[in-house]
Amino acid sequence: MLRTEDRLTDPDALYEALMQAHRDLDPAASRRLDARLVLLLANHIGDMAVLREAIALAAATATGDKP
Amino acid sequence: MPTTYQNPRYPFRRPKGLGALVPEAAPVVIAGAGVVGLTLALDLARRGIASVVVDEDDTVSYGSRAICWAKRTLEIFGRLGLGDRFLEKGITWSRGRVFFQENEAYGFDLLPEQGHEYPAFVNLQQYYAEAWLVEACEATGLVDLRWKTRVTAVAQQDSGALLSLTTPEGDYQIRAEWLLACDGARSTIRQGLDLPFNGQVFRDRFLIADVVMHAEFPSERWFWFDPPFHPGQSVLLHKQPDNVWRIDFQLGWDADPEVEKQPERVISRVKAMLEGASGMAAPPFELEWVSVYTFRCRRLEKFRHGRILFAGDSAHQVSPFGARGGNAGVQDADNLGWKLAAVLAGQAPEALLDSYDDERIPATDENILNSTRSTDFITPKNPAAQAYRDAVLQLASTHAFARPLVNSGRLSRPATLHASPLSTPGGSGLALGAPPPDAPVLNAGRAEWLLHHLGTDGDFTLLCFGAAPAEVPAGISVVLVTEDEQPGALWDHAGLVALRWGAAAGDALLLRPDQHLAARLHRPDAAALRAAHDRALGKP
Repeated sequence: MLRTEDRLTDPDALYEALMQAHRDLDPAASRRLDARLVLLLANHIGDMAVLREAIALAAATATGDKP
Repeated sequence: MPTTYQNPRYPFRRPKGLGALVPEAAPVVIAGAGVVGLTLALDLARRGIASVVVDEDDTVSYGSRAICWAKRTLEIFGRLGLGDRFLEKGITWSRGRVFFQENEAYGFDLLPEQGHEYPAFVNLQQYYAEAWLVEACEATGLVDLRWKTRVTAVAQQDSGALLSLTTPEGDYQIRAEWLLACDGARSTIRQGLDLPFNGQVFRDRFLIADVVMHAEFPSERWFWFDPPFHPGQSVLLHKQPDNVWRIDFQLGWDADPEVEKQPERVISRVKAMLEGASGMAAPPFELEWVSVYTFRCRRLEKFRHGRILFAGDSAHQVSPFGARGGNAGVQDADNLGWKLAAVLAGQAPEALLDSYDDERIPATDENILNSTRSTDFITPKNPAAQAYRDAVLQLASTHAFARPLVNSGRLSRPATLHASPLSTPGGSGLALGAPPPDAPVLNAGRAEWLLHHLGTDGDFTLLCFGAAPAEVPAGISVVLVTEDEQPGALWDHAGLVALRWGAAAGDALLLRPDQHLAARLHRPDAAALRAAHDRALGKP
């Protein structure tokens, strides 16, 4: 079961860390960074049902994105 | 044209039916003398069933084509008496290495355990396999090979199929009670029946360069993603016998096949690859065979159409990554041969052949799924796919968790026939429908392989652990495996038979003639054996 309630003790710090990691990267390198991050976190979670739920939820909340 | 191999020319023999007023009658006709058609003809012949094989050419495959023969295929050829030839001539390998840009990302071993007769893979040019199959078919005296005989039309009938054939000496017809369409990706039979053959086309092109050279690369499968000598694309290297090396270059969809086939261009690509891969000057080499290909993943909706059955590329196609084309075709033949023989011998109802669809369609879907996934990894379709692919490869060299995500081809594994209606539910251990795990045994002191004892007489096998039932119905041969040395039994001296089959004392495993597991019984009586045997023969 994917947990979607607020769990971060310091959301601003997470956001800042992500921005920091992307700061000097071109768009392709940025994409690879995000992909590595997703893969590392996916492996940490390790539960395919939770991951599928997260993928579906992410795909469903793309407000304003063009298909 | 290959320089290391001279294609044999088989003689055209004038058939009796030529010029006859009525069509010739034949119980079994096989269209296509390729690997699959010849395997089926040989298997049927060894079961006493004669067949007529028609092929438009008069020789074996031009160029090496399929080269990676998987363990299960080798076991099937072993059952058909050809296994040793593959081992002697072929290049044995089980290790693969994957490189990303300048560095090795990881290596893998497809068969890390000992105690199997055959390795994970043997590389061998397709023409050798076909030539040996032709020889073996001829030796049976039951296979009527008709070269230079092209199918021009097919009409399906309730009692079989009417085939129109053309030869250098004229046209004739054969009325086949059973027609086995093994006539490849462009199957005339499939087109003649107007059967839809749909699936996914992949927008990418690949160049095969087979080169002859004395090189120092080991007997391993090497795969490069985005190497400096072929930037942005992938390259695959395989060793074959006769000092022939297969190099497969990804070219991208925009490549012009005619331009890419020009020898100067191929030579410069190969030279760059050899220098890049070894860090040394390229050894002298000669081009043996060059081909540019695209591929798709697709299958027929059903493989059985009454008394016409499709096997191999005529029924399904996949990408070459994973060696799931030829190996799947041989498994089709393995699955179909004993069933058709049982029907023709009156031991089973025609409905047994429906199980060919029940079993081989899921196996095909598994191959298509694996092949499609590999292709999606090798040919990223958009910038996001590219980013994920590269991210996996970046992580793989330092993080073990990312290595299983690297997909340079999921190499052919035999199908477990999970949903088979021929299996008797119940019991435990090895999965029902599973292919047979091999193991070493001692037979009256001689070191032998278990698989040599399973189904080699053409019958079902009852693999008994510790003790055999007092009464066993006809059509089932008993093989007794014991923990200690006993007369008339195979001694499981390493304990690997019991371990790999998940069996305990008193277990009796019913194996079909193709060696797949049909029932897991424990100290069965004759009635239980008869029921499982009947079910495996498709009897209602």
